[in-house]
Amino acid sequence: MPIETLGPVLIANRGEIARRIIRTVKQMGLRAIAVHSEADTGLPFVREADEAVLLGPADPAQSYLDAGKVLEAARATGAKSIHPGYGFLAENAAFARAVIDAGLVWIGPAPEAIARMGDKINARNLMEDAGVPVAAGTREPVTDLELAVKAAYEIGFPVMVKTAGGGGGIGMSVAHDEAGLVKAYEQASRAAARFAGAATGDGPVGPAILLERFIERARHVEVQILGLPDGRVVALGERDCSVQRRHQKVVEESPSPGITPELRASMLAAAVRAGETVGYLGAGTVECLVDTDRQDFVFLEMNTRLQVEHPVTELVTGLDLVALQLWVAAGESPDVRPATSGHAIEFRVYAEDPKRFFPGPGKITAWREPAGEGVRVDSGYAEGDMVTPFYDPLMAKLCVHAATRAEALDRARRAVEEFVVEGPKNNLPFCAELLDHPEFGSGDYDTGLVGRMRT
Amino acid sequence: MAEVRAEMVANVWKVVVQEGDTVSDGDTLVILESMKMEIPVLTEDDGVVAQLKVKEGDVIQEGDLIAVIE
Repeated sequence: MPIETLGPVLIANRGEIARRIIRTVKQMGLRAIAVHSEADTGLPFVREADEAVLLGPADPAQSYLDAGKVLEAARATGAKSIHPGYGFLAENAAFARAVIDAGLVWIGPAPEAIARMGDKINARNLMEDAGVPVAAGTREPVTDLELAVKAAYEIGFPVMVKTAGGGGGIGMSVAHDEAGLVKAYEQASRAAARFAGAATGDGPVGPAILLERFIERARHVEVQILGLPDGRVVALGERDCSVQRRHQKVVEESPSPGITPELRASMLAAAVRAGETVGYLGAGTVECLVDTDRQDFVFLEMNTRLQVEHPVTELVTGLDLVALQLWVAAGESPDVRPATSGHAIEFRVYAEDPKRFFPGPGKITAWREPAGEGVRVDSGYAEGDMVTPFYDPLMAKLCVHAATRAEALDRARRAVEEFVVEGPKNNLPFCAELLDHPEFGSGDYDTGLVGRMRT
Repeated sequence: MAEVRAEMVANVWKVVVQEGDTVSDGDTLVILESMKMEIPVLTEDDGVVAQLKVKEGDVIQEGDLIAVIE
């Protein structure tokens, strides 16, 4: 069907990602409709949309997570499709189903694919059965501490304890012994219960927990895939996301400086197989853990949506992933060339203190973004805006692209120095520190890097 | 007497103690939530919770009084 049938497009998200999606939607000649909470009324994404609808109070449960209100906004504005961005309702299979049932186009994978991959236990088993390598772990949900202890001894300490639903590293921790496991299990149970509550009782998300072998010196490397309506699944290179604090990404780069060409090739092939196994349609990400000592990898999880760090892939491939999502939603199979060029790095500019990484919301009194050749900034805020405590701390993504990693690092140093943010606490000083760190500079780092910088 | 104050703008997600409770150094008084992160607020003193100034669901500002330990 022609791309025009998707418009107007309602963007069910906020901040930088809503703004980024609005740009592409408008470029494609379609009307962009924003939805927002009372706390976000003054933000750029609300101004830049062709039309904006107030959903409700700041609390996400009463605004961005309220499926009924989002669907009502679509009806009231005559929207023909919904793009969920990431987070909020993006991986809520019941919402995707409700969008389709309302006669709208869902710009994302089929609800069935979301449901199958949303449960990490199910996803892990599905991948194992498809021949994709997985870490030793539990195939059934762990429902009590006794089972957890038994499983941990079978797998062998240290183990990673995480919730089957949810994301963003919440509720996830490593246990090195039985005492540690008790704590980790309690933390995961608490998070699981909260996810179950937040999921408004639908979808596969429940208070289930899984355990997996913990890889000591691991890199987090993920593959961007795109499933096309003609049945092909294309891998668009990888992103290395090993700079993390609290299991959440801070910096991502492509290509990964820590894997051999052979390992890259087998990861890309496995990601395509993963996508084909679930008949995946649209943009998705297959997350893997790479054991740096053994140079092998295991499947971690699949994210059935656009990823925060997608600009890294856009910079090295020259593609617009949001545009591709729209084409796929319209039933088209564009001729996507998976070739990449140069090196790209993204820095997440968070409203948090650069030492302990604790949240630091506040009013932005000064905001000046860097610019110039090979510099891209996707931001959600401007001078005078309030960064509130209600949502995640991401204020902007500073991305650089150059012919080589060394040149990208130089470009990043200059851009980080140029970026002025005053008011909220921010982690730009951490980004500068990281760029001067020999381990990051060498490219030979793993997910323990930030922890080592802070001990 | 020791005052426990908020280090940042946050929502009060969970109140763990009640006025009159006996607490010791390192005990969690309340759990705040800001920017999708849970932040436990601990006492650095031994004593009794003499005053508890917040309840679940409150939005508190940096510097706001959370509790008084005596």
